Amino acid sequence: MSKNNMSKEHKNYLTSIKKRNKTILITQIAVLILGLILWEIAAHFKWIDTFLTSYPSQIWRLFINYTKNGNLFHHIGISVFETVIGFMGGTLLGFVVAIGLWWSKFWARVFDPYLVMLNSLPKTALAPIIIIWVGAGYSGIIVTAISVSIIVTIMNMYESFVSVDEDLIKLLNTFGATKFQILKKVVLPSSIPALINTLKINIGLSWVGVIVGEFLVSKAGIGYLIVYGGQVFKLDLVMMSVFILAIISVLMYRIVAIIENKFNRW
Amino acid sequence: MKNVVVEINNIAMTYHSLEGETEAIRNIDLDIYEGEIVGIVGPSGCGKSTLLSIIAGLIKPTSGTVLIKGQKVSKSNRNIGYMFQKDQLLEWRNILQNVVLGLEIQGKLSSQHYEKAKNLLNNYGLGDFIYSYPSQLSGGMRQRVALIRTLILEPDFLLLDEPFSALDYQTRLAIADEIGVILKREGKTALLVTHDIAEAISLCDRIVILSKRPAIVKEIIDIELTCPEGRCTPLGRREAPEFRFYFNKIWKELDIHV
Repeated sequence: MSKNNMSKEHKNYLTSIKKRNKTILITQIAVLILGLILWEIAAHFKWIDTFLTSYPSQIWRLFINYTKNGNLFHHIGISVFETVIGFMGGTLLGFVVAIGLWWSKFWARVFDPYLVMLNSLPKTALAPIIIIWVGAGYSGIIVTAISVSIIVTIMNMYESFVSVDEDLIKLLNTFGATKFQILKKVVLPSSIPALINTLKINIGLSWVGVIVGEFLVSKAGIGYLIVYGGQVFKLDLVMMSVFILAIISVLMYRIVAIIENKFNRW
Repeated sequence: MKNVVVEINNIAMTYHSLEGETEAIRNIDLDIYEGEIVGIVGPSGCGKSTLLSIIAGLIKPTSGTVLIKGQKVSKSNRNIGYMFQKDQLLEWRNILQNVVLGLEIQGKLSSQHYEKAKNLLNNYGLGDFIYSYPSQLSGGMRQRVALIRTLILEPDFLLLDEPFSALDYQTRLAIADEIGVILKREGKTALLVTHDIAEAISLCDRIVILSKRPAIVKEIIDIELTCPEGRCTPLGRREAPEFRFYFNKIWKELDIHV
């Protein structure tokens, strides 16, 4: 509908929707600011023990300091690097394994109980072993991140591959399609929504792997800052790291959401 | 004498599972001639879908053979169109890309085929939707796209597996009429499986009644209708005086007890 021939009621309707969205956004921001102000005031009047909770302005000062000497970006860079590699590695490997299982029903059945077991096992329990085997550096942390996301990826993607409508595969068979063509033309494209969901889940999981890995062994990274801050009771450092972690996770989630929108035309 | 397109010789099919064996089809013999539409009706679960899969060469019967134009069906030589209950359009492809899917898979796709696909879409009233996505089309239009996707391969023979049953009643009548007209105009040979007795009578030249499992051919009924004012479309055929007679006859033969 073009703008000029819109009825008055429709115009009012649109304005009211816009207004409501705006109110929600403003309230969301207000909740954040109000929380920070309350925290600051509570710290200022010594209602809370700042040794345990720190407070916003102190965290901000620390943030500025860390930014100025460039340390912060070093730590963020390392953690983001580990997460992105772990994320891509876990997703890609899981995806390939899922295709393999789809291809061979025999191996899918053979591995089924192992997958169930690995899925219910807390993967972070494996982190010490992985780090000893792979090495106490970036590689150990990245492999830990991969181990956290790969099993969920395999299970989600396999589930999506096998849930393709049987008649659709029958249709391709009547065209004389090969198994590879069925995979390429039908199974993979119809699993894109499942893939995007898996990507979203894997962002969070990869961060779990990286932070746990950094807790165990690291000389740098956000996980390192958190552990170090906790050990020397510098709660402002811990709080700052957690805030940064939250912001980066949201940013990565947004990137996946943008990719999702690209596929959403159908 | 017309040419035989499909020869179904003494097909039998037994399924094996851990619970035991199930005899789905006992022995079915049927010849289908060029240009005719043959309907199959039978109680639910009587093995109609199994029979279609066997004819399409997708599963091997326990015994018996299927010849299409004198050749045994196999993966490499079959040229059969298959239409399903659901249209099975790929949501991520536009209408044109959906129509050429079969050609693409067979590696035959050329610019001429795109032209042909566009012409077919235009002829069947889908000209404005060539670059639309399936989700933008109504159920009836989607089933029409599925038909074009089948016809563009110029199959020797069409298998229609309850192609209208997922549509609402009004669309169903309209699309069945339209597709019936198209099939007759193009001189296509087809086998139609349906639950709808009236639909079968309105579309088919002959109707095969199957028994309950294990399925055998109970009876084959030739449908001869006097069309009102020469309108021999499926909808017109529903008004023929003999329509009711065939309906009752098939209903009795099916012998359905609920």
